[in-house]
Amino acid sequence: MTEPLLQIDAVSKRFSRRPGLLTRGLDRLTGTDSAVTVHALTDVSLDVPRGEVMGIVGESGCGKSTLGRIVSGIYAPTDGEVKLDGKPVAQGPDGNVQKLTTRVQMIHQDPFASLNPRMKVGETIAEGPRLHGLMTGEEARQRVRQLLRQVGLEGAYANRLPHQFSGGQRQRIAIARALAMEPELLVLDEAVASLDVSIQAQVLNLFMDLRRELDLTALFISHDLSVVRHVCDRVAIMYLGRVVELATAEELYARPMHPYTEALFASVPTLGTGRAAFKPIKGEIPSPIDPPPGCAFHPRCPFAGPRCRAEVPRLKPSPQGRSVACHLHDGGTGSEETPREVAA
Amino acid sequence: MTGALEVRGLTTRFETRAGPVTAVNDVSFSVAPGRIMGLVGESGSGKSVTGFSILGLIEEPGRVTGGSVLVEGQDLRALKPDQMRRMRGRKVSMVFQDPMMTLNPVLRVGDQMSMAVRVHEKMSKRAAWDRAREALEIVGIPAPAERLKAYPHQLSGGMRQRVAIATALLHRPAVIIADEPTTALDVSIQGQILAEVRRLADETGTAIVWVTHDLAVVSSLADDICVMYAGRIVESGTSEQVITAPRHPYTKGLIESVPSLHEPGRKLPQIPGSTPQLLNLPTGCPFRPRCPRATDICATEPPRLDTDGRHVLCHHPLETT
Ligand SMILES: Nc1ncnc2c1ncn2[C@@H]1O[C@H](COP(=O)(O)OP(=O)(O)OP(=O)(O)O)[C@@H](O)[C@H]1O
Ligand SMILES: Nc1ncnc2c1ncn2[C@@H]1O[C@H](COP(=O)(O)OP(=O)(O)OP(=O)(O)O)[C@@H](O)[C@H]1O
Ligand code: SF4
Ligand code: SF4
Ligand SMILES: [Mg+2]
Ligand SMILES: [Mg+2]
Repeated sequence: MTEPLLQIDAVSKRFSRRPGLLTRGLDRLTGTDSAVTVHALTDVSLDVPRGEVMGIVGESGCGKSTLGRIVSGIYAPTDGEVKLDGKPVAQGPDGNVQKLTTRVQMIHQDPFASLNPRMKVGETIAEGPRLHGLMTGEEARQRVRQLLRQVGLEGAYANRLPHQFSGGQRQRIAIARALAMEPELLVLDEAVASLDVSIQAQVLNLFMDLRRELDLTALFISHDLSVVRHVCDRVAIMYLGRVVELATAEELYARPMHPYTEALFASVPTLGTGRAAFKPIKGEIPSPIDPPPGCAFHPRCPFAGPRCRAEVPRLKPSPQGRSVACHLHDGGTGSEETPREVAA
Repeated sequence: MTGALEVRGLTTRFETRAGPVTAVNDVSFSVAPGRIMGLVGESGSGKSVTGFSILGLIEEPGRVTGGSVLVEGQDLRALKPDQMRRMRGRKVSMVFQDPMMTLNPVLRVGDQMSMAVRVHEKMSKRAAWDRAREALEIVGIPAPAERLKAYPHQLSGGMRQRVAIATALLHRPAVIIADEPTTALDVSIQGQILAEVRRLADETGTAIVWVTHDLAVVSSLADDICVMYAGRIVESGTSEQVITAPRHPYTKGLIESVPSLHEPGRKLPQIPGSTPQLLNLPTGCPFRPRCPRATDICATEPPRLDTDGRHVLCHHPLETT
């Protein structure tokens, strides 16, 4: 087998967070201390072969954006390494990290914030290639028009300012800007989350077309399970900074193995299943500042046993070629009950 | 029979520098006690302005220019401002997307909730505190007595939103208007709150208007659905009718563009064009530039309400089989 395009190797990321002014004031008022270490990512390893779209799913604060930023070379990992085509994507310490490649491009959630409001969209799109000396003058103009057409907009729009576009159109412009760098890997961080439902389908269709035309590889970050199912080949489920399950989209949705994945699927309302068809997960999402010992999901897991409270489950490939990090599927939870059949 | 909430012909206009904008246009619906009505629509369609108009919270340059709002038979629009203020929180209350619009960051949860109780009812601090604790219990907050002593910033987003809902419940209002209260929350926490809100409507008989842009949420929560487009309700019916047999082309387009209904990787049916600008709506039907069923009449005549059975605002509604 050929080497995967993207290799994420045992990446961890910790932030030490100094509380803001308001929090410090409130701290004094309430006698607490909010200066802390956030365990945003812990020991994440993923390989993404060329041409694959890998979905990253999980609830708020589980580390999806942090992973996306590390892959894009915006943050440096605290431990571990990210390689594109065998070469590191960034170097240098955090706070002063140097991006080593333009071949990874990131698309953000908010198309309003990510475009310079005073710059014509044509200039915005050409800015990256110009800065990197990839093209000049007339060549750039031609390319901008071509890119605009590629994302379904008219070439003549190049002279307009971002405020003259709707949210969906702005997201197309952000995609055109990313494509201008001829990336091999796109990182889409909640790229359709802020769009209206009727516009979301347009942008998803565009993404699927471009993917085929340009043979793109992508990390598709989203909390929307139905969107991920639609566009991703494989999916990694994250919980509190770790990957807890990894499988092809088809297998994962047909038969989730990790209790969190299973519960997540059951708690999401889906169209047409009718009232009361969903079962919420109990309990709160734990804090990444003070993650529960052992399996981070154990305070909410209906199958938790003594081993779950003591030992962190490792992401292990199952006999079916899927990976799951759960003691149930790896020798049992240590409780009286027999371990669940892995192939159940 | 009369609903807990009856809205008739509600119209709200903003005088903007570029011209008048009718954000809510002849909106009518009713919600019976114990029922949940999902008000769905895309950004800018007028959902929030509808909620604010019901509560008399529209400010300059906006004005409610017509219609009536009846809560248990009483017309709120006929009330003087101070009478209206007394109705708010007691007969009808609102839950916002951002719970911090309701919560004061420097007061303990219990202090602000018991204050809210004592604004409308004479009772001891102690009794008000007890009432607050009960309200937290109703929305499923574990260890409610402890939470009352917490400051809002010490609670998670989901907890804060529950506190806001509990605050809205303090006086057992007849009607609660909830404006996208779970949009900012995680799916697992959203699921918990939806389940509790459903139970609440069933057990207390409160009528709830649940504003959202999420069709999947309304389809699993609401009894009835109203779909808004460009300030108007274009279709209404029971959730099942609207989701399984939509009659308005816009509703049909919305439902069809949801990925979970299609084989993965396939092109999704999409509604062309973009969401309308209220300032220069086309003549006739506002959905016409995006509508696959449009004919000449749609360009000239605004569609009128087809009240034959279900409410549909369209010249050529889809037939239901
Ligand atoms: N620059 C930073 N400084 C301090 N803490 C951070 C920073 N960036 C992220 N975090 C923390 O790291 C954790 C993971 O955050 P991240 O943004 O990656 O989550 P996410 O999965 O993208 O969540 P969401 O779905 O809300 O976007 C959170 O607890 C967050 O508060
Ligand atoms: N203060 C205001 N001045 C002028 N126009 C306003 C004002 N408030 C609201 N509008 C207009 O009223 C229309 C309806 O807005 P509303 O906030 O009700 O939309 P919404 O359906 O709640 O959208 P969202 O899903 O984005 O919350 C919008 O087109 C908006 O521009
Ligand atoms: S390891 Fe234990 S607590 Fe964690 S998901 Fe598996 S069974 Fe549940
Ligand atoms: S009135 Fe005409 S344009 Fe409007 S939704 Fe109906 S068919 Fe379409
Ligand atoms: Mg994020
Ligand atoms: Mg709104």
